[in-house]
Amino acid sequence: MSLKRRDFLGIAALSSATLVTGKATASEAPAHNPDALGVLVDTAVCSGCRKCEWACNRTHELTDRPMSTFEDKTVFELHRRPDRDAFTVVNQFIAPENPEKPYAIKVQCMHCLRPACVSACIVGALEKTPEGPVIYDAWKCIGCRYCIVACPFQIPAYEYDEALAPEVKKCSFCYERVVKEGKLPACTEICPNEALTFGRRDELIDIAHSRIKNHPGMYYDHVYGEHEVGGTSWLYLTPTDFKNTELPDVGTEVGPDITEPIQHGVFKAFVPPLALYGLLGLAMHQFKGEKDKAEETE
Amino acid sequence: MSGHEIAIPMRAKFFTTGTKVLLLIALAGIATYVYRFFVGLGAVTNLDNQYPWGLWISIDVASGVALAAGGFTTAAIADIFHKDKYHVITRPALLTALLGYTFVVIGLLADLGRWYNVWHPMLPNMWQGNSALFEVGMCVMVYLTVLYIEFVPIVVERFKGRVNLPGALAGLNKLIEGLLNLADKTLVRFTSLFIIAGVVLSCLHQSSLGTLMIIAPTKVHALWGTTISPLLFLMSAIAVGFPMVIFESILASRSFKLKPEVNVLSSLARYTPFLLGAYLAFKIGDITIREIWPLVFTFDKYSTMWLIEMIFGVIVPMIILAIPKYRKKVAGLFTAASLVIAGVALNRIDAYLVAYKPLYVDHAYFPSIFEITVTAGLIATLVLVYRAIVMIFPIISVPVDEAEKIKNGTHEKINFARWK
Ligand code: SF4
Ligand code: SF4
Ligand code: SF4
Repeated sequence: MSLKRRDFLGIAALSSATLVTGKATASEAPAHNPDALGVLVDTAVCSGCRKCEWACNRTHELTDRPMSTFEDKTVFELHRRPDRDAFTVVNQFIAPENPEKPYAIKVQCMHCLRPACVSACIVGALEKTPEGPVIYDAWKCIGCRYCIVACPFQIPAYEYDEALAPEVKKCSFCYERVVKEGKLPACTEICPNEALTFGRRDELIDIAHSRIKNHPGMYYDHVYGEHEVGGTSWLYLTPTDFKNTELPDVGTEVGPDITEPIQHGVFKAFVPPLALYGLLGLAMHQFKGEKDKAEETE
Repeated sequence: MSGHEIAIPMRAKFFTTGTKVLLLIALAGIATYVYRFFVGLGAVTNLDNQYPWGLWISIDVASGVALAAGGFTTAAIADIFHKDKYHVITRPALLTALLGYTFVVIGLLADLGRWYNVWHPMLPNMWQGNSALFEVGMCVMVYLTVLYIEFVPIVVERFKGRVNLPGALAGLNKLIEGLLNLADKTLVRFTSLFIIAGVVLSCLHQSSLGTLMIIAPTKVHALWGTTISPLLFLMSAIAVGFPMVIFESILASRSFKLKPEVNVLSSLARYTPFLLGAYLAFKIGDITIREIWPLVFTFDKYSTMWLIEMIFGVIVPMIILAIPKYRKKVAGLFTAASLVIAGVALNRIDAYLVAYKPLYVDHAYFPSIFEITVTAGLIATLVLVYRAIVMIFPIISVPVDEAEKIKNGTHEKINFARWK
């Protein structure tokens, strides 16, 4: 009888201890850099010329395809996604308000303010720089691809066909050019239509909202990326509800805000694991004592 | 050790028809495994940017870790809560965990694009405390070490004072003997410290495996994507621990023609309905609080998998084991244990693979023949190594009066058919 009760107490002790350790505490959001950079993509004026694709391809030495192959508009029939050899791609979409005139949208890494890929990476191979770009260090990477699982925009691509040293491939926001050399990102520099505006993210948000205000009927009243998954460095204006484009409806929930509090809660100064250790040690001692007593009285 | 049972190395022919089949599967698996390192992931797997994780992560790693939980749950009940009658199963459980985790790491290496960097998480300049995967990696690494340390006393018991290497290796005899003595004086004395550490480490990474997928809430189906996923992972790992020990103990008895330890196993199985019940209660509570019952009954791919998991993996075995008549029979124990194991493995496959919904998909993922071969090969190799180890080391316990006969090979061979 009493034996049974003890079994239960023991199990209860174990599970309640983990309940405590599993309890979440809020993690602080990283300090926001007011000078952080961004790009505003205005899909209402993008002509779908694909010059940005070519510039990106050349700058990052992805393939040696000539400019002419990027003028091919039949690719719009496919629905392409960024890949290991194309960090940005331009796709077409139809706005139901105006089905006659197809629009074009350039997609690439959003350079999230709270990037899930960075939070996920087991070795810190991905980093959110204070200037804005999310960059990758292949030397640290173990190739687990958890970053790809975690990304809410399905951006990082992997070099599956590399046998020896595969890398995670994605847009780097031209980190070297932008931060080190003070130039524009390659795509933004080449864009002939001012569909891409480079600048401080804070200012870009103001610009975006004033474009919406000053051009009634031209834009859907939502700056995509202002709040999505906690905000992104790249922002979009769309002529129609963004759900009609290929921008995913990711909501404003921040993935790392779910997982990081759990991690930090479990490891708060190592107290919960040590407490569990102590508790189990105590149980070990306690139950041993009781067993010895039981043996004596037998 | 309780007085009436003693652990001894098993005596049997290593190669039977069964082991020969396993050997073939193992060889095919090993060949594919080696091939993968020459040609890369793309050539052998169906993984892509839509489905970066496939069969290897969901079975070899996630299910592998869950099913190795018999090690820490048995250690907890036998060594921490001092239920001495369970000591006869601590060694098999320890070996299952040790081999289980070893093969998790071997399987993981195949999946890592840069497998030679697998040690990077140990470097302080690469520590990444925000990542649940980092915690899993560290805990698994430390726990695997702890498991090997826990195994040392068994090696000492087997070989201390008996090291006798033949021929050219004879010169090493003294050194190895010395090492065994040293281990006996140090590690073996402190085994209990390691046992507790093993339980703590297990609780940590079993739950963190449940944290991994919820970093992408919009890509995981709501039936599995919940904030209490880490708790559910831990509870199901604890629940599957004893069934795993039961399953494997019955198979070992069958294979070595021993009398199954029905008494010990069925009293161990008493706990399982409670553990499963608690898991089920949390599952149901979670679904209720999040108000997603309609998703359970849509009978699409997701709801079907969820229902199979819950009905056959949790409710049915719960009922079987709650009824003493079935719990005290080998058939009942074995059926229920198998169901729980399949249920938890299915849960891991669901959480990591089925529930994963890429935003842009142009085709579904199905594992390639190579991926399947590697997974099957790893499991077959594990079983073969297990068999070899229980024939070399004192792992499986038998009654003292039987032990001498088994050593001589003159014991009564028990037939599976006569178990009922
Ligand atoms: S879009 Fe994806 S890859 Fe880019 S920063 Fe955000 S989470 Fe990382
Ligand atoms: S694949 Fe590389 S960059 Fe991505 S999470 Fe793993 S270690 Fe980090
Ligand atoms: S270069 Fe500018 S206009 Fe041309 S496709 Fe790219 S974003 Fe659009």
